[in-house]
Amino acid sequence: MADTKIENKEPLFAFGKKERALLTDPLNDNNPITVQVLGICSALAVTTLLFPSIIMAIAVIFVCSFSNLFTSLLRKSIPKQVRMIVQLVIIATLVTVVELSLKALDYPTYKQLSVFIGLIITNCIVMGRLEAFAMANSPWKSFLDGVGNGVGYGVILIIVAFFREVLGKGTFMAGTPIEMKLIGPSTEYFINTMADGSWFSWYQNNNLMVLPAAAMFLIAIMIWIHRAWNPKLVDIS
Amino acid sequence: MRSNKYVITFVTVMTVVVALVLSLMATGLKPVHKKNEAIFNKKAILSAIESRLGDGVKADKMADEKVLSIFNDNITQLVVDINGNPVSAEDVEARGYKGGQAENVDMKKEKKKPAEDRLYPVFIYENNGEKYYIVSVRGNGLWDEIWGNIALEDDFETIVGASFDHQGETPGLGAEIKDNPAFKKQFAGKKIYDKMGNYTSVVVRKGGARNDRYEVDGISGATVTANGVSDMLYSGLQNYLSYFETQSKS
Repeated sequence: MADTKIENKEPLFAFGKKERALLTDPLNDNNPITVQVLGICSALAVTTLLFPSIIMAIAVIFVCSFSNLFTSLLRKSIPKQVRMIVQLVIIATLVTVVELSLKALDYPTYKQLSVFIGLIITNCIVMGRLEAFAMANSPWKSFLDGVGNGVGYGVILIIVAFFREVLGKGTFMAGTPIEMKLIGPSTEYFINTMADGSWFSWYQNNNLMVLPAAAMFLIAIMIWIHRAWNPKLVDIS
Repeated sequence: MRSNKYVITFVTVMTVVVALVLSLMATGLKPVHKKNEAIFNKKAILSAIESRLGDGVKADKMADEKVLSIFNDNITQLVVDINGNPVSAEDVEARGYKGGQAENVDMKKEKKKPAEDRLYPVFIYENNGEKYYIVSVRGNGLWDEIWGNIALEDDFETIVGASFDHQGETPGLGAEIKDNPAFKKQFAGKKIYDKMGNYTSVVVRKGGARNDRYEVDGISGATVTANGVSDMLYSGLQNYLSYFETQSKS
């Protein structure tokens, strides 16, 4: 009884140690991809280029944080029998909002990401956070938890996309105004076009990097590095 | 446990609220979506003649106003049937394409019909004595549909340029037909007839082009997509041949 009283006196938007942990935990000790191994489907599929991955990361951060917030606001009135359906409706609504906005703001990227924006609905990270966190915590904390997990997912996505784009295509941020050629042949590599000599370079674009399999290798390597570097994770498995 | 009445009320209210929000948003953004889609399609069409629009011009990076002004000032749209006869805007609209212009014709729907019943869009670009004819083709790649726009000189024989797109070809392999400018570039200057005047279309040849006149290099690891491009060009351009004939006679 005494405990609940103290908790009720906390300011609505407190930002203390606990709240900071909600944001930073998913970046390291509880990363949705490298520790919980959730959300792998889209991490393998959309990470061929950096720019669409950044858009995807922003979309997931938005969906994850706001679905957490709305679920938490409604948590006391959601009937237990249909809670999963209610959560799914909240996620699907937000995903549709993202889809409609992206279609209006950046049509080519919308075309490029195609079904994967819609598939955020089935991203286990979002649903997992709603069930595990938002149904039992206050709206502000849930929102922070959503942001943390969205960023934890997005960071991995962007790192994977960076390596895949640079090693697979030799470019950086292709499709944006700041597009750069980092390594590889000076013009577009094409198998039989050797006449102008542009085909020769110290680095040849690695076609494996463009395929989803490469993302799996990269994520596996990242999990390995993460575990070697963070001793807390070793006992988990 | 909540009562059934509560559950049903909760779900009903939630559904109504969500439906209202989403439908308002979808209706509100519809004009913007339509505009974006139209510009996207126009850029794909211009992409076939981008080499003639100026040095280093990339259709997909062009400003929207520029695209619209080219379409307004330099492009005539025309819809023809399999015999090369023009189809009036009213007839095109009667087939379900609002606007009745060539750009409104949905090639995906047309592809499902028999070749005789299809509508064939033509975009004629005219500027300072230059005249190019851009036609649309559609076919099948390895995983899903592929499509493209092919621009021809006014001799109806020489290709000015081509642009391709696809639904779901493998990135790095089949998707190179769209992503790799070097693949598209090869089409410039190719002829669709051999020296004897027989229709050959342009062939994407595995292992490298053997005939400079109407063959281009394939993409290693993407044989099926490349064959799909060859087939698409062969049947797609063939359907326009009667139109080309009527035009070159006049």
